[in-house]
Amino acid sequence: MKKWHELNPGAVILEAGSAAKFKTGSWRAYRPVWIEENCIQCMFCWLYCPDMSVKTEDGKMVGFDYDYCKGCGVCARECPGKKGNKAIVMEEEGK
Amino acid sequence: MGKPIAVTGNEAVANALRQANPDVCAAYPITPATDLMQRFSSFVANGKVDTELVLVESEHSAMSACIGASAAGGRVATATSSQGMALMWEMLHIAAGTNLPIIMPLVNRALSAPLNIHGDHSDAMGARDTGWIQICSESAQEAYDNTLQAFRIGEHMDIRLPVIINLDGFIISHSIETMSYLDDDVVSKFIGEFKMLNPLLDIKNPKSYGPLILTDLYHEYKRLQHEIMGRVPKVALEVAAEFEKISGRKYGLFESYRLDDAEVGLVVMGSAAGTCKDVIDELREERGIKAGLLKPRLFRPFPYDEVADELKHLKAVCVLDRADSFGGYGPMFMEICSALYQNGGGAKPAAINKIYGLGGRDFMPDQAQQAIEEANEIAKGGKIKAVKDYIGVRE
Repeated sequence: MKKWHELNPGAVILEAGSAAKFKTGSWRAYRPVWIEENCIQCMFCWLYCPDMSVKTEDGKMVGFDYDYCKGCGVCARECPGKKGNKAIVMEEEGK
Repeated sequence: MGKPIAVTGNEAVANALRQANPDVCAAYPITPATDLMQRFSSFVANGKVDTELVLVESEHSAMSACIGASAAGGRVATATSSQGMALMWEMLHIAAGTNLPIIMPLVNRALSAPLNIHGDHSDAMGARDTGWIQICSESAQEAYDNTLQAFRIGEHMDIRLPVIINLDGFIISHSIETMSYLDDDVVSKFIGEFKMLNPLLDIKNPKSYGPLILTDLYHEYKRLQHEIMGRVPKVALEVAAEFEKISGRKYGLFESYRLDDAEVGLVVMGSAAGTCKDVIDELREERGIKAGLLKPRLFRPFPYDEVADELKHLKAVCVLDRADSFGGYGPMFMEICSALYQNGGGAKPAAINKIYGLGGRDFMPDQAQQAIEEANEIAKGGKIKAVKDYIGVRE
């Protein structure tokens, strides 16, 4: 941890994109779990996620970034699933 | 050097801003600062400056726009008074905590309630702990000179802090006085080009202003803020020495008037100091009272050691405050007592506090005389009747 005389006056952060270093996933009480067989790749989860925590490859949903996901549950709520079966469900952390 | 002319304090300071040529000025009108900005806005309209004048819907927005413009990388100035500065309050802390050198003449005015538009120092004293540098003026000339020097002090690369320049509402802002301007080219050479530090508009080097800093580092940032303030007196004196070369006018951290051989002293800030100096001269000549005066110029940071050295030989000192702390002593009295108490076991003058001139109540020579006479009685061994009392109040 920096000492006071090592700090930048005005608390200006000169390094771009440094927020990526601050991992906020530990705030989470519930984690979203992806059930691939129920996923229709509608990308609603990716669209609604307020924290860019839905990982994609080639335009498809491939899972969650748990370093930043805060477990808000918006993705699980918006997920239409397949034939009434959700592709995202929330599970309590630590269980 | 310019020839003597007769102008109001507001006109003088508006011309200082014109000569400094800020990149951005965001302001909202409030008496008695309105006339200052009105004059400046005419310079903008007439193409005398390159300033982008941002007309906003409140002083909170004015200071917010100034903060944004300053972080973007511009030279920024504004002006306000009283309630206007009160509305800026949270943004004042942000400007200082973010090290943004915004220059703000503060035309001192009383605070409501009751509603009053006239001059006292309540607004400035309330901004004591915001982290702004504060420089105080006795006259239109000093307000002009201090504004020019404020750009150099606030924008100094070791400091980068916002600066309030205090001038008494109406007494200085609206009274016509003799003063003289420096030539435009002399001023622009003195103030110099604005140097950017971490400008947001440098988009090739992105950066973040205003981060969330919690228990891990906030304490350290505040310690750093205090450190930077501590650099101000040295820079202020260097700038004053340079200013003297172009103007012939000498400035220090405070003005000391006939204190060398004095036994009693007054401490008074702003326009009332002139009245006090006249009374000191009279009482010295006619009654042999050895009185002197200290007029603070730099209120924040406050030069405690230097003030203590200047006052410690006195027998009694009367501190005049044009602001009050209800249930406490006047703000300047608290500073002076803090300064004197640092003198360890050494001799200290007895100290009394007079609250004067609230809401623009005239400060008359008989009030200065009363203050000196009371301090003189105490100096001769008399008892202190009341540490804090009001002067010029109907009883």
